[in-house]
Amino acid sequence: MTGERTELTTATAGGDGVYATPSRLERVLKAGHFAVTCEIGPPQSAKAEGIRKHAEVLKDYSDGQNLTDNQTAIVRLCSLAAAVHVKAAGGEPIMQMTARDRNRIAIQSDILGAASLGISNLLCLGGDHQTFGNHPGARNVHDIDSIQMIQIVRQMRDEKKFQCGAEIKSDEPRMFVGAAENPFGDPFEFRVRRLAKKVAAGAEFIQTQCIFDLERFERFMRMVRDEGLDEKVYILAGITPAKSAKALQYMQTVPGMRVPDELIKRMAGAEDQKAEGVRIAVEMIQALKEIKGVRGVHIMAIAWESIVPEIVEKAGLYPRPKVA
Amino acid sequence: MIVAEPKPIAEVAELIKTGRHVLIVGCGECVTVCQAGGEKEVEVLASALRILWKKEGKDGTIDTQTIVRQCEPEYVAELAKKVKDADIVLSLGCGVGVQFIAEAYPDKWVVPGLNTKFGGGTVKAGVWEERCGFCGDCILHLTGGICPVIRCSKSILNGPCGGSQDGHCEVAKDIPCAWQLIYDRLKGLGRLELLDEIRPPKDWRTSRDGGPRKFVKEEAMIE
Repeated sequence: MTGERTELTTATAGGDGVYATPSRLERVLKAGHFAVTCEIGPPQSAKAEGIRKHAEVLKDYSDGQNLTDNQTAIVRLCSLAAAVHVKAAGGEPIMQMTARDRNRIAIQSDILGAASLGISNLLCLGGDHQTFGNHPGARNVHDIDSIQMIQIVRQMRDEKKFQCGAEIKSDEPRMFVGAAENPFGDPFEFRVRRLAKKVAAGAEFIQTQCIFDLERFERFMRMVRDEGLDEKVYILAGITPAKSAKALQYMQTVPGMRVPDELIKRMAGAEDQKAEGVRIAVEMIQALKEIKGVRGVHIMAIAWESIVPEIVEKAGLYPRPKVA
Repeated sequence: MIVAEPKPIAEVAELIKTGRHVLIVGCGECVTVCQAGGEKEVEVLASALRILWKKEGKDGTIDTQTIVRQCEPEYVAELAKKVKDADIVLSLGCGVGVQFIAEAYPDKWVVPGLNTKFGGGTVKAGVWEERCGFCGDCILHLTGGICPVIRCSKSILNGPCGGSQDGHCEVAKDIPCAWQLIYDRLKGLGRLELLDEIRPPKDWRTSRDGGPRKFVKEEAMIE
Protein backbone atom coordinates (compact mmCIF):
# COMPACT_ATOMS: atom_id res chain seq x y z
CA MET A 1 0.00 0.00 0.00
CA THR A 2 1.26 3.39 -0.91
CA GLY A 3 0.07 6.78 0.20
CA GLU A 4 -1.72 7.60 3.39
CA ARG A 5 -5.32 6.65 3.90
CA THR A 6 -7.56 9.55 2.97
CA GLU A 7 -11.03 8.19 3.23
CA LEU A 8 -13.69 10.70 2.38
CA THR A 9 -16.00 11.94 5.08
CA THR A 10 -19.13 10.85 3.26
CA ALA A 11 -19.08 7.09 3.52
CA THR A 12 -21.56 5.62 1.09
CA ALA A 13 -24.54 3.86 2.52
CA GLY A 14 -25.54 0.25 1.97
CA GLY A 15 -23.41 -2.73 0.97
CA ASP A 16 -21.34 -4.40 3.64
CA GLY A 17 -20.97 -1.24 5.67
CA VAL A 18 -17.52 -0.30 4.42
CA TYR A 19 -18.03 -0.66 0.70
CA ALA A 20 -21.26 0.17 -1.06
CA THR A 21 -20.58 -1.95 -4.13
CA PRO A 22 -18.42 -4.84 -5.35
CA SER A 23 -16.32 -2.32 -7.31
CA ARG A 24 -12.54 -2.70 -7.12
CA LEU A 25 -12.19 0.98 -8.04
CA GLU A 26 -14.19 1.88 -4.94
CA ARG A 27 -11.73 -0.15 -2.85
CA VAL A 28 -8.69 1.47 -4.42
CA LEU A 29 -10.06 4.95 -3.82
CA LYS A 30 -11.29 4.26 -0.30
CA ALA A 31 -7.87 2.81 0.59
CA GLY A 32 -6.45 6.21 -0.27
CA HIS A 33 -4.45 5.17 -3.30
CA PHE A 34 -3.86 7.66 -6.10
CA ALA A 35 -6.06 5.98 -8.70
CA VAL A 36 -5.46 5.47 -12.39
CA THR A 37 -8.32 4.90 -14.80
CA CYS A 38 -8.14 4.78 -18.56
CA GLU A 39 -10.43 4.61 -21.54
CA ILE A 40 -11.10 2.03 -24.21
CA GLY A 41 -13.07 3.16 -27.24
CA PRO A 42 -15.19 0.29 -28.64
CA PRO A 43 -14.91 -0.34 -32.40
CA GLN A 44 -17.39 0.49 -35.16
CA SER A 45 -17.91 -3.21 -35.72
CA ALA A 46 -18.92 -6.36 -33.89
CA LYS A 47 -15.29 -7.39 -33.35
CA ALA A 48 -14.38 -7.57 -29.65
CA GLU A 49 -10.79 -8.72 -30.06
CA GLY A 50 -9.31 -5.21 -29.76
CA ILE A 51 -11.25 -4.49 -26.57
CA ARG A 52 -10.06 -7.76 -25.01
CA LYS A 53 -6.45 -7.16 -26.02
CA HIS A 54 -6.44 -3.64 -24.61
CA ALA A 55 -8.10 -4.88 -21.40
CA GLU A 56 -5.53 -7.67 -20.93
CA VAL A 57 -2.74 -5.06 -20.93
CA LEU A 58 -4.51 -2.16 -19.23
CA LYS A 59 -5.86 -4.21 -16.30
CA ASP A 60 -2.36 -4.18 -14.80
CA TYR A 61 -1.74 -0.49 -15.44
CA SER A 62 -5.04 0.97 -14.27
CA ASP A 63 -7.69 0.49 -11.61
CA GLY A 64 -10.60 0.86 -13.97
CA GLN A 65 -11.20 0.97 -17.69
CA ASN A 66 -13.93 3.24 -19.10
CA LEU A 67 -15.95 1.96 -22.02
CA THR A 68 -17.28 4.88 -23.95
CA ASP A 69 -20.93 4.99 -24.99
CA ASN A 70 -21.09 5.85 -28.71
CA GLN A 71 -18.68 8.73 -28.13
CA THR A 72 -19.09 11.78 -30.36
CA ALA A 73 -22.40 10.18 -31.34
CA ILE A 74 -20.79 7.69 -33.70
CA VAL A 75 -22.34 4.22 -33.65
CA ARG A 76 -20.02 1.74 -31.95
CA LEU A 77 -20.21 -1.56 -30.14
CA CYS A 78 -22.27 -0.80 -27.04
CA SER A 79 -20.58 0.09 -23.77
CA LEU A 80 -22.43 -2.64 -21.89
CA ALA A 81 -21.14 -5.42 -24.15
CA ALA A 82 -17.68 -3.83 -24.20
CA ALA A 83 -17.69 -3.78 -20.40
CA VAL A 84 -18.52 -7.48 -20.36
CA HIS A 85 -15.54 -8.18 -22.65
CA VAL A 86 -13.28 -6.18 -20.32
CA LYS A 87 -14.56 -8.06 -17.31
CA ALA A 88 -13.94 -11.39 -19.04
CA ALA A 89 -10.36 -10.30 -19.73
CA GLY A 90 -9.83 -9.64 -16.02
CA GLY A 91 -10.34 -5.88 -16.13
CA GLU A 92 -12.42 -3.52 -14.01
CA PRO A 93 -14.96 -1.99 -16.39
CA ILE A 94 -16.40 1.48 -15.89
CA MET A 95 -19.44 1.52 -18.12
CA GLN A 96 -20.30 4.92 -19.57
CA MET A 97 -23.92 5.74 -20.17
CA THR A 98 -25.35 8.79 -21.88
CA ALA A 99 -28.82 10.28 -21.59
CA ARG A 100 -28.75 11.06 -25.30
CA ASP A 101 -29.88 7.69 -26.64
CA ARG A 102 -32.01 6.19 -23.90
CA ASN A 103 -35.01 7.17 -21.85
CA ARG A 104 -35.39 6.34 -18.16
CA ILE A 105 -36.86 2.94 -18.98
CA ALA A 106 -33.91 1.85 -21.13
CA ILE A 107 -31.37 3.35 -18.72
CA GLN A 108 -32.68 1.45 -15.70
CA SER A 109 -33.04 -1.71 -17.75
CA ASP A 110 -29.42 -1.49 -18.94
CA ILE A 111 -28.25 -0.87 -15.37
CA LEU A 112 -30.01 -4.04 -14.20
CA GLY A 113 -28.48 -5.95 -17.11
CA ALA A 114 -25.00 -4.58 -16.48
CA ALA A 115 -25.14 -5.41 -12.78
CA SER A 116 -26.31 -8.94 -13.62
CA LEU A 117 -23.16 -9.34 -15.72
CA GLY A 118 -20.85 -8.27 -12.91
CA ILE A 119 -20.35 -4.62 -13.87
CA SER A 120 -20.18 -2.36 -10.85
CA ASN A 121 -18.96 1.05 -12.05
CA LEU A 122 -21.14 3.47 -13.98
CA LEU A 123 -20.26 6.88 -15.38
CA CYS A 124 -23.37 9.01 -15.92
CA LEU A 125 -23.18 11.41 -18.85
CA GLY A 126 -25.35 13.70 -20.91
CA GLY A 127 -23.62 12.75 -24.14
CA ASP A 128 -22.21 14.64 -27.11
CA HIS A 129 -24.93 16.08 -29.31
CA GLN A 130 -25.87 13.76 -32.17
CA THR A 131 -25.13 16.39 -34.82
CA PHE A 132 -21.40 15.70 -34.20
CA GLY A 133 -21.73 12.06 -35.15
CA ASN A 134 -22.44 9.94 -38.19
CA HIS A 135 -26.21 9.97 -37.75
CA PRO A 136 -26.88 13.71 -37.46
CA GLY A 137 -30.53 13.18 -38.41
CA ALA A 138 -31.14 11.02 -35.33
CA ARG A 139 -33.68 12.05 -32.74
CA ASN A 140 -32.17 12.70 -29.32
CA VAL A 141 -33.81 11.48 -26.16
CA HIS A 142 -32.67 13.49 -23.11
CA ASP A 143 -35.64 12.25 -21.12
CA ILE A 144 -33.43 12.81 -18.07
CA ASP A 145 -30.13 14.64 -17.64
CA SER A 146 -26.86 13.36 -16.17
CA ILE A 147 -27.61 14.68 -12.67
CA GLN A 148 -31.00 12.98 -12.66
CA MET A 149 -29.29 9.79 -13.89
CA ILE A 150 -26.93 9.89 -10.91
CA GLN A 151 -29.91 10.20 -8.58
CA ILE A 152 -31.69 7.31 -10.25
CA VAL A 153 -28.70 4.92 -10.01
CA ARG A 154 -28.18 5.81 -6.35
CA GLN A 155 -31.88 5.38 -5.62
CA MET A 156 -31.86 1.95 -7.28
CA ARG A 157 -28.88 0.96 -5.14
CA ASP A 158 -29.52 2.61 -1.79
CA GLU A 159 -33.30 2.77 -1.61
CA LYS A 160 -33.97 -0.29 -3.79
CA LYS A 161 -36.45 1.70 -5.82
CA PHE A 162 -36.92 2.42 -9.47
CA GLN A 163 -37.28 6.02 -10.58
CA CYS A 164 -41.07 5.63 -10.53
CA GLY A 165 -40.91 4.67 -6.86
CA ALA A 166 -41.69 0.96 -7.34
CA GLU A 167 -39.65 -1.33 -5.15
CA ILE A 168 -36.80 -3.48 -6.49
CA LYS A 169 -37.78 -6.60 -4.61
CA SER A 170 -34.40 -8.35 -4.76
CA ASP A 171 -30.91 -8.07 -6.23
CA GLU A 172 -30.80 -4.31 -6.63
CA PRO A 173 -27.97 -3.15 -8.93
CA ARG A 174 -24.99 -1.98 -6.87
CA MET A 175 -23.09 0.54 -8.96
CA PHE A 176 -20.21 2.75 -7.87
CA VAL A 177 -21.42 5.98 -9.39
CA GLY A 178 -19.31 8.41 -11.34
CA ALA A 179 -19.89 11.59 -13.26
CA ALA A 180 -17.93 13.84 -15.55
CA GLU A 181 -17.03 17.46 -14.99
CA ASN A 182 -15.55 19.93 -17.40
CA PRO A 183 -13.47 22.56 -15.59
CA PHE A 184 -13.06 24.30 -18.94
CA GLY A 185 -16.73 24.76 -19.71
CA ASP A 186 -18.60 27.97 -19.04
CA PRO A 187 -19.84 29.77 -17.07
CA PHE A 188 -16.58 29.05 -15.23
CA GLU A 189 -17.73 30.43 -11.90
CA PHE A 190 -20.75 28.11 -11.97
CA ARG A 191 -18.87 24.88 -12.80
CA VAL A 192 -18.05 24.15 -9.16
CA ARG A 193 -21.61 24.83 -8.05
CA ARG A 194 -22.80 22.38 -10.68
CA LEU A 195 -20.21 19.86 -9.48
CA ALA A 196 -21.72 20.30 -6.01
CA LYS A 197 -25.10 19.38 -7.50
CA LYS A 198 -23.62 16.19 -8.96
CA VAL A 199 -22.16 15.32 -5.57
CA ALA A 200 -25.46 16.10 -3.85
CA ALA A 201 -27.19 13.87 -6.40
CA GLY A 202 -24.89 11.04 -5.33
CA ALA A 203 -21.80 11.01 -7.53
CA GLU A 204 -18.96 9.21 -5.75
CA PHE A 205 -16.20 9.80 -8.26
CA ILE A 206 -15.60 12.42 -10.92
CA GLN A 207 -13.58 12.09 -14.10
CA THR A 208 -12.74 15.47 -15.59
CA GLN A 209 -12.41 16.62 -19.17
CA CYS A 210 -8.79 16.39 -20.35
CA ILE A 211 -6.58 19.03 -18.87
CA PHE A 212 -4.09 21.03 -20.90
CA ASP A 213 -4.64 24.38 -19.19
CA LEU A 214 -3.17 23.62 -15.77
CA GLU A 215 -3.55 27.18 -14.51
CA ARG A 216 -7.30 27.14 -15.05
CA PHE A 217 -7.60 23.65 -13.54
CA GLU A 218 -5.74 24.83 -10.43
CA ARG A 219 -8.17 27.73 -10.09
CA PHE A 220 -11.03 25.24 -10.47
CA MET A 221 -9.61 22.97 -7.76
CA ARG A 222 -9.16 25.93 -5.42
CA MET A 223 -12.89 26.61 -5.77
CA VAL A 224 -13.59 22.89 -5.28
CA ARG A 225 -11.64 22.93 -2.00
CA ASP A 226 -13.31 26.16 -0.88
CA GLU A 227 -16.63 24.36 -1.19
CA GLY A 228 -15.23 21.31 0.63
CA LEU A 229 -16.07 19.12 -2.35
CA ASP A 230 -12.65 17.46 -2.42
CA GLU A 231 -13.65 15.81 0.85
CA LYS A 232 -16.92 14.55 -0.57
CA VAL A 233 -16.01 13.08 -3.93
CA TYR A 234 -13.01 11.39 -5.52
CA ILE A 235 -11.78 13.61 -8.34
CA LEU A 236 -9.78 11.96 -11.10
CA ALA A 237 -8.11 14.49 -13.35
CA GLY A 238 -8.37 13.88 -17.10
CA ILE A 239 -5.26 13.38 -19.22
CA THR A 240 -5.10 12.99 -22.99
CA PRO A 241 -1.72 12.26 -24.55
CA ALA A 242 -1.49 13.91 -27.96
CA LYS A 243 0.37 12.32 -30.87
CA SER A 244 1.09 15.56 -32.69
CA ALA A 245 0.77 19.33 -32.73
CA LYS A 246 -1.98 18.82 -35.30
CA ALA A 247 -3.94 16.69 -32.85
CA LEU A 248 -3.63 19.43 -30.21
CA GLN A 249 -4.75 22.02 -32.75
CA TYR A 250 -7.82 19.93 -33.47
CA MET A 251 -8.58 19.55 -29.75
CA GLN A 252 -8.41 23.32 -29.42
CA THR A 253 -11.49 23.51 -31.68
CA VAL A 254 -13.54 20.94 -29.74
CA PRO A 255 -16.33 22.62 -27.74
CA GLY A 256 -15.52 22.67 -24.04
CA MET A 257 -11.76 22.12 -24.47
CA ARG A 258 -8.98 24.61 -23.78
CA VAL A 259 -5.50 23.99 -25.17
CA PRO A 260 -2.93 26.76 -24.58
CA ASP A 261 -1.06 27.98 -27.68
CA GLU A 262 2.31 27.51 -25.92
CA LEU A 263 1.64 23.80 -25.63
CA ILE A 264 0.99 23.53 -29.36
CA LYS A 265 4.16 25.52 -30.01
CA ARG A 266 6.18 23.20 -27.77
CA MET A 267 4.78 20.15 -29.55
CA ALA A 268 5.37 21.63 -33.01
CA GLY A 269 9.00 22.29 -32.10
CA ALA A 270 9.65 18.73 -30.93
CA GLU A 271 11.69 16.36 -33.08
CA ASP A 272 9.66 13.32 -32.04
CA GLN A 273 6.13 14.60 -31.44
CA LYS A 274 4.76 11.30 -30.11
CA ALA A 275 7.52 11.10 -27.51
CA GLU A 276 6.87 14.75 -26.63
CA GLY A 277 3.18 13.93 -26.21
CA VAL A 278 4.10 11.25 -23.69
CA ARG A 279 6.47 13.64 -21.89
CA ILE A 280 3.76 16.31 -21.65
CA ALA A 281 1.27 13.75 -20.30
CA VAL A 282 3.74 12.52 -17.67
CA GLU A 283 4.63 16.07 -16.60
CA MET A 284 0.93 16.87 -16.37
CA ILE A 285 0.26 13.82 -14.16
CA GLN A 286 3.13 14.82 -11.88
CA ALA A 287 1.76 18.34 -11.58
CA LEU A 288 -1.78 17.07 -10.96
CA LYS A 289 -0.56 14.71 -8.21
CA GLU A 290 0.56 17.76 -6.26
CA ILE A 291 -2.84 19.44 -6.35
CA LYS A 292 -4.77 18.89 -3.15
CA GLY A 293 -8.05 17.13 -3.76
CA VAL A 294 -6.95 15.29 -6.92
CA ARG A 295 -7.35 11.60 -6.06
CA GLY A 296 -6.19 10.10 -9.29
CA VAL A 297 -5.92 10.48 -13.02
CA HIS A 298 -8.13 9.37 -15.88
CA ILE A 299 -6.07 8.75 -19.00
CA MET A 300 -8.05 9.10 -22.22
CA ALA A 301 -5.61 7.99 -24.90
CA ILE A 302 -8.03 8.33 -27.78
CA ALA A 303 -7.23 5.64 -30.40
CA TRP A 304 -3.84 5.28 -28.65
CA GLU A 305 -4.66 2.90 -25.78
CA SER A 306 -1.31 1.10 -26.23
CA ILE A 307 0.60 4.12 -24.89
CA VAL A 308 -1.05 4.00 -21.44
CA PRO A 309 1.40 1.53 -19.81
CA GLU A 310 4.38 3.70 -20.76
CA ILE A 311 2.74 6.84 -19.35
CA VAL A 312 1.72 5.08 -16.13
CA GLU A 313 5.24 3.69 -15.63
CA LYS A 314 6.97 6.97 -16.40
CA ALA A 315 4.63 8.81 -14.04
CA GLY A 316 5.70 6.44 -11.26
CA LEU A 317 2.24 4.95 -10.91
CA TYR A 318 3.21 1.36 -11.66
CA PRO A 319 2.59 -1.21 -10.24
CA ARG A 320 -1.03 -0.62 -9.33
CA PRO A 321 -2.19 -1.53 -5.82
CA LYS A 322 -3.75 -4.92 -5.22
CA VAL A 323 -7.10 -4.81 -3.44
CA ALA A 324 -9.34 -7.62 -2.28
CA MET B 1 -46.86 32.49 -32.58
CA ILE B 2 -46.37 29.52 -34.83
CA VAL B 3 -43.39 30.17 -37.11
CA ALA B 4 -43.29 28.52 -40.52
CA GLU B 5 -41.29 28.84 -43.72
CA PRO B 6 -42.31 28.20 -47.33
CA LYS B 7 -41.38 24.89 -48.90
CA PRO B 8 -39.09 25.29 -51.95
CA ILE B 9 -41.14 26.05 -55.05
CA ALA B 10 -39.90 22.88 -56.81
CA GLU B 11 -41.29 20.79 -53.96
CA VAL B 12 -44.60 22.66 -54.05
CA ALA B 13 -44.85 22.18 -57.83
CA GLU B 14 -44.32 18.45 -57.31
CA LEU B 15 -47.05 18.32 -54.63
CA ILE B 16 -49.65 19.83 -56.99
CA LYS B 17 -48.49 18.28 -60.27
CA THR B 18 -51.49 15.93 -60.58
CA GLY B 19 -53.92 18.84 -60.12
CA ARG B 20 -55.64 20.89 -62.81
CA HIS B 21 -57.49 23.27 -60.54
CA VAL B 22 -55.48 24.24 -57.51
CA LEU B 23 -56.70 26.44 -54.67
CA ILE B 24 -54.00 28.11 -52.60
CA VAL B 25 -55.26 29.06 -49.13
CA GLY B 26 -53.57 31.69 -46.98
CA CYS B 27 -54.00 32.37 -43.27
CA GLY B 28 -54.28 35.76 -41.63
CA GLU B 29 -52.66 34.84 -38.32
CA CYS B 30 -49.13 33.72 -37.37
CA VAL B 31 -47.95 32.86 -40.87
CA THR B 32 -48.94 36.33 -42.05
CA VAL B 33 -46.74 37.83 -39.34
CA CYS B 34 -43.77 35.61 -40.18
CA GLN B 35 -44.34 36.32 -43.87
CA ALA B 36 -44.75 32.72 -44.95
CA GLY B 37 -48.44 32.22 -45.73
CA GLY B 38 -50.37 35.50 -45.66
CA GLU B 39 -52.30 37.06 -48.51
CA LYS B 40 -49.14 38.53 -50.07
CA GLU B 41 -47.24 35.24 -50.05
CA VAL B 42 -50.28 33.42 -51.44
CA GLU B 43 -50.50 35.79 -54.44
CA VAL B 44 -46.75 35.67 -55.10
CA LEU B 45 -46.75 31.87 -55.03
CA ALA B 46 -49.82 31.69 -57.28
CA SER B 47 -48.12 33.91 -59.89
CA ALA B 48 -44.94 31.86 -59.76
CA LEU B 49 -46.81 28.59 -60.19
CA ARG B 50 -48.89 29.97 -63.07
CA ILE B 51 -45.68 31.01 -64.85
CA LEU B 52 -44.17 27.59 -64.18
CA TRP B 53 -47.25 25.78 -65.54
CA LYS B 54 -47.27 28.01 -68.59
CA LYS B 55 -43.60 27.25 -69.25
CA GLU B 56 -44.34 23.54 -68.95
CA GLY B 57 -47.30 23.92 -71.31
CA LYS B 58 -49.66 22.74 -68.61
CA ASP B 59 -53.32 23.61 -68.84
CA GLY B 60 -55.08 24.51 -65.59
CA THR B 61 -56.18 27.16 -63.09
CA ILE B 62 -54.67 28.37 -59.88
CA ASP B 63 -57.07 30.21 -57.59
CA THR B 64 -56.42 31.85 -54.19
CA GLN B 65 -58.22 32.72 -50.97
CA THR B 66 -56.89 33.95 -47.64
CA ILE B 67 -59.03 33.49 -44.54
CA VAL B 68 -58.82 34.99 -41.05
CA ARG B 69 -57.49 31.77 -39.49
CA GLN B 70 -57.19 28.24 -40.77
CA CYS B 71 -57.35 26.84 -37.24
CA GLU B 72 -61.05 27.59 -36.75
CA PRO B 73 -63.84 25.71 -38.55
CA GLU B 74 -66.08 28.75 -39.02
CA TYR B 75 -63.42 30.49 -41.14
CA VAL B 76 -62.44 27.27 -42.91
CA ALA B 77 -66.13 26.93 -43.91
CA GLU B 78 -65.78 30.14 -45.93
CA LEU B 79 -63.60 28.19 -48.37
CA ALA B 80 -66.44 25.85 -49.40
CA LYS B 81 -67.27 27.43 -52.74
CA LYS B 82 -63.72 27.57 -54.05
CA VAL B 83 -62.77 24.20 -52.59
CA LYS B 84 -65.64 22.63 -54.55
CA ASP B 85 -64.06 23.75 -57.85
CA ALA B 86 -60.55 22.64 -56.90
CA ASP B 87 -59.01 19.19 -57.19
CA ILE B 88 -56.08 20.07 -54.91
CA VAL B 89 -56.02 22.49 -51.99
CA LEU B 90 -52.57 23.89 -51.19
CA SER B 91 -52.60 25.33 -47.67
CA LEU B 92 -50.13 28.03 -46.70
CA GLY B 93 -51.23 27.69 -43.10
CA CYS B 94 -49.23 25.94 -40.42
CA GLY B 95 -49.65 22.19 -39.89
CA VAL B 96 -52.75 22.91 -37.85
CA GLY B 97 -54.36 24.80 -40.73
CA VAL B 98 -53.64 22.04 -43.24
CA GLN B 99 -55.34 19.54 -40.99
CA PHE B 100 -58.38 21.68 -40.21
CA ILE B 101 -58.97 22.14 -43.95
CA ALA B 102 -58.54 18.41 -44.59
CA GLU B 103 -60.99 17.62 -41.78
CA ALA B 104 -63.56 20.10 -43.14
CA TYR B 105 -63.35 18.73 -46.69
CA PRO B 106 -63.01 14.94 -46.41
CA ASP B 107 -63.18 14.31 -50.16
CA LYS B 108 -60.45 16.83 -51.07
CA TRP B 109 -56.72 16.30 -51.50
CA VAL B 110 -55.05 18.88 -49.21
CA VAL B 111 -51.27 19.47 -49.28
CA PRO B 112 -48.93 21.66 -47.19
CA GLY B 113 -47.09 24.58 -48.78
CA LEU B 114 -45.13 25.43 -45.62
CA ASN B 115 -42.81 23.71 -43.21
CA THR B 116 -44.07 24.49 -39.73
CA LYS B 117 -41.06 25.16 -37.55
CA PHE B 118 -41.63 26.25 -33.98
CA GLY B 119 -43.36 28.37 -31.38
CA GLY B 120 -41.46 31.63 -31.33
CA GLY B 121 -41.38 35.31 -31.96
CA THR B 122 -39.82 38.14 -33.96
CA VAL B 123 -36.39 39.11 -32.62
CA LYS B 124 -35.79 41.65 -35.36
CA ALA B 125 -37.18 42.35 -38.81
CA GLY B 126 -36.96 39.15 -40.80
CA VAL B 127 -35.66 37.00 -37.93
CA TRP B 128 -37.81 34.68 -35.82
CA GLU B 129 -36.53 32.52 -32.99
CA GLU B 130 -37.89 29.57 -31.05
CA ARG B 131 -38.99 30.16 -27.48
CA CYS B 132 -41.53 27.50 -26.52
CA GLY B 133 -41.54 23.71 -26.93
CA PHE B 134 -45.16 23.28 -25.80
CA CYS B 135 -44.17 20.81 -23.05
CA GLY B 136 -47.37 21.50 -21.14
CA ASP B 137 -45.76 22.10 -17.73
CA CYS B 138 -44.11 25.50 -17.61
CA ILE B 139 -41.01 25.94 -15.44
CA LEU B 140 -39.99 29.43 -16.56
CA HIS B 141 -40.35 30.69 -12.97
CA LEU B 142 -37.41 28.44 -12.05
CA THR B 143 -35.13 29.48 -14.86
CA GLY B 144 -35.39 33.23 -15.00
CA GLY B 145 -37.84 33.25 -17.88
CA ILE B 146 -35.55 31.33 -20.26
CA CYS B 147 -36.72 27.89 -21.33
CA PRO B 148 -34.10 25.11 -21.10
CA VAL B 149 -36.53 22.49 -22.43
CA ILE B 150 -36.47 23.97 -25.91
CA ARG B 151 -33.54 26.40 -25.91
CA CYS B 152 -30.97 23.94 -24.54
CA SER B 153 -30.04 21.52 -27.34
CA LYS B 154 -30.20 18.66 -24.83
CA SER B 155 -33.24 19.90 -22.84
CA ILE B 156 -31.12 19.66 -19.69
CA LEU B 157 -32.96 20.70 -16.54
CA ASN B 158 -29.78 20.89 -14.43
CA GLY B 159 -27.44 22.63 -16.83
CA PRO B 160 -25.21 23.71 -18.36
CA CYS B 161 -23.49 20.68 -19.86
CA GLY B 162 -19.74 20.60 -20.41
CA GLY B 163 -20.10 21.78 -23.98
CA SER B 164 -21.02 25.35 -23.06
CA GLN B 165 -18.18 27.65 -24.00
CA ASP B 166 -17.87 31.41 -24.32
CA GLY B 167 -21.63 31.72 -24.14
CA HIS B 168 -22.49 29.40 -27.01
CA CYS B 169 -23.85 25.91 -27.33
CA GLU B 170 -21.63 23.00 -28.39
CA VAL B 171 -23.89 22.45 -31.39
CA ALA B 172 -22.98 25.72 -33.15
CA LYS B 173 -21.38 29.05 -32.39
CA ASP B 174 -24.49 30.94 -33.47
CA ILE B 175 -26.64 29.17 -30.87
CA PRO B 176 -26.52 30.85 -27.45
CA CYS B 177 -26.17 28.43 -24.53
CA ALA B 178 -29.55 28.62 -22.80
CA TRP B 179 -27.93 27.83 -19.46
CA GLN B 180 -25.43 30.66 -19.84
CA LEU B 181 -28.41 32.94 -20.46
CA ILE B 182 -30.20 31.51 -17.43
CA TYR B 183 -27.10 31.89 -15.28
CA ASP B 184 -26.50 35.48 -16.36
CA ARG B 185 -30.10 36.49 -15.79
CA LEU B 186 -30.45 34.84 -12.38
CA LYS B 187 -27.12 36.31 -11.32
CA GLY B 188 -28.29 39.75 -12.36
CA LEU B 189 -31.52 39.29 -10.42
CA GLY B 190 -29.72 37.90 -7.35
CA ARG B 191 -31.53 34.58 -7.63
CA LEU B 192 -28.65 32.16 -8.34
CA GLU B 193 -29.73 29.95 -5.44
CA LEU B 194 -32.46 28.64 -7.76
CA LEU B 195 -29.73 26.82 -9.67
CA ASP B 196 -28.48 24.96 -6.59
CA GLU B 197 -31.67 22.93 -6.37
CA ILE B 198 -31.67 19.65 -8.24
CA ARG B 199 -34.59 19.56 -10.65
CA PRO B 200 -36.18 16.11 -10.75
CA PRO B 201 -36.95 14.20 -13.95
CA LYS B 202 -39.76 15.87 -15.83
CA ASP B 203 -43.13 14.21 -16.27
CA TRP B 204 -43.35 14.31 -20.04
CA ARG B 205 -46.97 13.17 -20.16
CA THR B 206 -48.04 16.80 -20.50
CA SER B 207 -45.87 16.98 -23.62
CA ARG B 208 -46.45 14.93 -26.78
CA ASP B 209 -45.11 11.87 -24.96
CA GLY B 210 -48.53 11.46 -23.35
CA GLY B 211 -50.18 11.17 -26.76
CA PRO B 212 -52.02 13.86 -28.75
CA ARG B 213 -53.25 16.56 -26.41
CA LYS B 214 -56.58 18.24 -25.92
CA PHE B 215 -57.60 21.26 -23.89
CA VAL B 216 -61.17 21.64 -22.72
CA LYS B 217 -62.51 24.79 -21.07
CA GLU B 218 -65.99 23.88 -19.99
CA GLU B 219 -67.27 27.40 -19.39
CA ALA B 220 -66.41 28.23 -22.99
CA MET B 221 -68.48 25.35 -24.34
CA ILE B 222 -71.85 26.15 -25.86
CA GLU B 223 -73.31 22.64 -25.93
